[in-house]
Amino acid sequence: MRYRLLTAALAATAALQFAGPAAATDLEVTHWWTSGGEAAAVAELAKAFDATGNHWVDGAIAGSGGTARPIMISRITGGDPMGATQFNHGRQAEELVQAGLMRDLTDVATKGKWTEVVRPKSLLDSCTIDGKIYCVPVNIHSWQWLWLSNEAFEKAGVPLPKDWNEFVAAAPALEKAGIIPLAVGGQAWQSSGAFDVLLAAVGGTDAFLKVYKDKDATFAAGPEVAKVFKAADDARKMAKNTNVQDWNQATNLVITGKAGGQIMGDWAQGEFQVAGKTAGKDYTCLPGLGLNEVIATGGDAFYFPVLKDADKSKAQEVLAETLLDPKTQVAFNLKKGSLPVRGDVDLNAANDCMKKGLAILAKGAVIPWTDQLLSQDTQKQKEDLFAEFFAKPELTVEAAQKRFADLIGSAD
Amino acid sequence: MSKSERPNPLFRNLNAKVASIPMILTAMVVFVGGTLWTVLYSFTNSKLLPRLNFVGLDQYYRLWATPRWLISIENLLIYGAISLVFSLVIGFLLAALLDQKIRFEDTFRTIFLYPFALSFIVTGLVWQWLLNPDFGIQHVVRDLGWTSFSFDPLYNSSIVIYGISIAALWQGTGLIMCLMLAGLRGIDEDIWKAARVDGIPMWKTYLFIVIPMMRPVFITTLVIIASGIVKVYDLVVAQTSGGPGIASEVPAKYVYDYMFFAQNLGQGFAASTMMLLSVAIVIVPWAYLEFGRRK
Repeated sequence: MRYRLLTAALAATAALQFAGPAAATDLEVTHWWTSGGEAAAVAELAKAFDATGNHWVDGAIAGSGGTARPIMISRITGGDPMGATQFNHGRQAEELVQAGLMRDLTDVATKGKWTEVVRPKSLLDSCTIDGKIYCVPVNIHSWQWLWLSNEAFEKAGVPLPKDWNEFVAAAPALEKAGIIPLAVGGQAWQSSGAFDVLLAAVGGTDAFLKVYKDKDATFAAGPEVAKVFKAADDARKMAKNTNVQDWNQATNLVITGKAGGQIMGDWAQGEFQVAGKTAGKDYTCLPGLGLNEVIATGGDAFYFPVLKDADKSKAQEVLAETLLDPKTQVAFNLKKGSLPVRGDVDLNAANDCMKKGLAILAKGAVIPWTDQLLSQDTQKQKEDLFAEFFAKPELTVEAAQKRFADLIGSAD
Repeated sequence: MSKSERPNPLFRNLNAKVASIPMILTAMVVFVGGTLWTVLYSFTNSKLLPRLNFVGLDQYYRLWATPRWLISIENLLIYGAISLVFSLVIGFLLAALLDQKIRFEDTFRTIFLYPFALSFIVTGLVWQWLLNPDFGIQHVVRDLGWTSFSFDPLYNSSIVIYGISIAALWQGTGLIMCLMLAGLRGIDEDIWKAARVDGIPMWKTYLFIVIPMMRPVFITTLVIIASGIVKVYDLVVAQTSGGPGIASEVPAKYVYDYMFFAQNLGQGFAASTMMLLSVAIVIVPWAYLEFGRRK
């Protein structure tokens, strides 16, 4: 490992010597942004990077992060690293960094004064291991949103709910009108994420942190979390007729008015935009399910594997700078529906929902997300539990909560 | 083996021995070496990268306390029993029918064998559509007038594994039929003639004379079916990806998911070691009976 770092250092010096004419360098960037809104957003990044005289080679891997990450990791550990790769910032790439496979970006960060411009600060903390910065956060994606179809509620003849409780109360009317109250796709991460959102909204910020940060198993078995499981039970009853798998198919049910609402991260907004819908008129968003307006600071970041090629290493630095450039940040995040990681950019073009998000961010009502708090192993076990819970009505609330508490007790 | 009058047995058939070195190396290093490595690391707490930090049987305790693993095992047993029994029975029946010197035998054989030309992924997708309540069999039957007809095995947790088995049988039975047919053709005509002279009914001839004579064919077939059962993965991924919930999970998928999605190599290795062990439990006594007896 030390040998790798040494070669990287040598490569970097060599790069400085040859840095004269800016030759176009191909840099392969892998990511899992493949839905309509996501592809439009990543094209903005590619455009900005190409404008620096380099060339963005797009390495999109279809099938969500769960499919893409094993491919990325095996390429890096197998000795065929790409130029840069997306991960959710947090603990997904932790071991790769510890093994010395990822490039230390502290120099670039100091030059760009990242510690001053990136907000909230916890984002950069997630990229920092042993005082060194290893990734570039590009956006803040928060899960805490309930997306409602105005059309569906009109059709059912009930007023648009203002929070989760009103939504649950409106469910029978929606069902009577032949509308699925809540769309939850069949993939495991969706039901697991929906539960985490309910935990932060129904249980509150303290409950969320006690369970996932302190990993307090007694608390997770207690009455406050039982309330959350009761809400999850409502959710699974409301979602039982959703026969789709992917999240964007579920979002599409809301867009077309076939479903009343969906608990999904702000990336769903990109889909509404691609479909030509207007926030406030065609659809409504409730951050924190209208109960507890917080935003989790999960999101995407780019990591740069250690490369031997000097030109490519130089291009990596250019890409790292480009990603945090104010102009790129605005263009990318508007398309993606996420919030920028810089506080000093102009976002007048942002729509209703994004402005709500920015206001919450400005108030500082932020919580860390599960990607930052839990290992992938624990996340997977949690996904298995909630996939089963949402698909199997025979699994009782009590039994599920007991398993959840056991899981939290052994979490890392 | 070695007798003193021979020059040196090591150099006999030297060309053949040299030629087989790559295969021997592959077998020793990749299969045996890889297996031992996997078993060794299943006793560690390796996460994303393999590390030799031993934790005893912890991974195995966790494995057997995981509901998803228990469901996987249960599914494998159901799937295994169904594909073993039905592909043997249906395969043999089809072969016996084709063996009646019927017309267009080639055509029928081709039709029955055709599904085998498709991969499990394609098979899975085709059957996912056929079994989808909104545009598959259920939809067609409802359009014909039976509006209360319901057939959606892939969306029902308690019968989803049977839906998967249907696809597997459709895909695999043709091959079994061909193997059986080859076996039937290997039976000497004179046996049939003798049976007819003795006035033994046809079904009895099949059951008590022909089938016992086809023992080697049955053993080959069993090995092929059994290996297909243990490694079933792609069919499930294509049809349900383990759903609804975790109702159609199988062990091979557990191994893959925990090694790569959950970044927990130790847990994945423990699960794959259990799979190896279950195969060994079946194979070892059989091999002992089969080969040990002859010495």
